Amino acid sequence: MFDGRDPIYLQIAEAIRGEILTGALQEGNQVMSTTQYATTYRINPATAAKAFAELVAEEILVKQRGVGMFVAEGATSRLRAARREAFFDERLAPVVREAAALGITAAELTAYLHTHLDQEDDR
Amino acid sequence: MTGLSVTTRDATVRYGATHALDGVTLDLAPGRIHGLLGRNGAGKTTLLSLLASFQRPDSGAVALAGRDPFEDATLMQDTCLMRATGDLAADLKVRDILRLHQTGRPRFDQGLADHLLDRFDIPRRRSLARLSRGQQSVVAATLGLASRAPLTMLDEVHLGMDAPTRQEFTEALLADFAEHPRTIIVSSHLIQEIEHVLETVTILHRGRVVLSEEADDLRTQGTTVTGRADRVEAMTRDLRVVGRRDLGPTREATVLGRPHPAWVTEADRQGLQLGAVPLQDLFIHLTSDKDAA
Repeated sequence: MFDGRDPIYLQIAEAIRGEILTGALQEGNQVMSTTQYATTYRINPATAAKAFAELVAEEILVKQRGVGMFVAEGATSRLRAARREAFFDERLAPVVREAAALGITAAELTAYLHTHLDQEDDR
Repeated sequence: MTGLSVTTRDATVRYGATHALDGVTLDLAPGRIHGLLGRNGAGKTTLLSLLASFQRPDSGAVALAGRDPFEDATLMQDTCLMRATGDLAADLKVRDILRLHQTGRPRFDQGLADHLLDRFDIPRRRSLARLSRGQQSVVAATLGLASRAPLTMLDEVHLGMDAPTRQEFTEALLADFAEHPRTIIVSSHLIQEIEHVLETVTILHRGRVVLSEEADDLRTQGTTVTGRADRVEAMTRDLRVVGRRDLGPTREATVLGRPHPAWVTEADRQGLQLGAVPLQDLFIHLTSDKDAA
C-alpha cells in the first residue's frame, strides 16, 4: 500500500481523504482506531496517530473523547473544495504542458474534452 | 512508566585488537519502537548486550533513563533482551522456561504469553530442543513481548519464523505496544518487513553509527536521479552520491540528503527522473565497503 517519497502518515491521510471523496467513508462514520490501523497495515501506531492529527487539523475528522474518530460533518464538501482549487494547477497544468511539448493543438485538446465530458454526462 | 530512554556516549567495546563497538553515541527516546540495523558483525548484539547490562563498555558510558544500568537491580528488571537463539535452556520444557523467565519480572503478563503460545500452537510440555527453529523463535519472541519490560529488545527474534508467523507476530507486537507503550528496540535483517513498524532507524556499520534518524525523514533522505549519464553527472556533482548504475546510455545515481526545491525544478527541466530510495537500498549503500566512485 505504501510507496513513493511521501512520509507514510501523509499517505495514510491521503488514503482516508480518498475514501471520503468516493463515499466509502460517509460523514458521521467512525474510522478505524490507531491500533486497528497499525495492526491492519503493520505500521507504527504513532504513524497512524499522526495521520489522524493531520486530518483533525483540516477538520476532516473529529475526535470524540473515549469513543474514537469520526468523519466530520461537511468533510466531503471541504475536501471537494480543496481538490477543485488544486485541480487546475496541479493536475491540468502538467497535462497542458505535455500536450504543448507533443504539438497537440488547443483545438485537439478541447475536442477531446468535449467528447469525454459529454460521455460522463450521459452516464 | 512508558519506557526507558537510552543514551550511549562514545561507547567502545574491544575484543582483543578488534573494536566491536567504536565510539557509539546514541539517543533513543522512551516509548517508541526503534530499529537497529546492521550487517552481520556490525556490533548490534554487542550494543544490545551493553543496554541489557550483560557487559560494560571498555570506555564511554551507557545510561537508561539517565542511570548506569550495570548491576542496578531495578533497571535490570525493567530490561528484557531476547534473541532467537542461544539464551534459553534448550533441555527445559516450554512451561518451565516461562516460569523461570517470570522471576524478577514484575510486569510479566501470563495472559499475553498464553494467548501468543496458543495462537502459534506451541506445545508447552515439550522441551525447547524438540521444537522447530521457528517455534523456538516464537517462544523467545513471546517471552520478550509478555515481559512488558520498559526497555524491550528483540534481537533477530524473527529468525526461522515463516512469513505468516512473522506477520502475525508483528501484528501482535503492534497491538500490545499500542495498549502498553514502552521502549522497544528491534534488530532484524528483514528490513522491508519491519520498516513501517519503526519510528527511528539506527544503522551500525563496523561498530560505528552511520545513521540514526526518524523513519519518516529517512524516506526523503535518499533520491535516485535517472537520465542521460552526462546530465545526471552534472546535476549530482556537488551532492553526496552513494551509488551509481549504468543501463546503456542511462545512468541512475543515488544521492543522500534532501535536494533543494530549485534543484528539483532544474532536474525536472532537464528531463531527469527522481525516485525514492527504499530503506533496504539505503541500508545496502551505507553499509557497502565498496567505494561508490
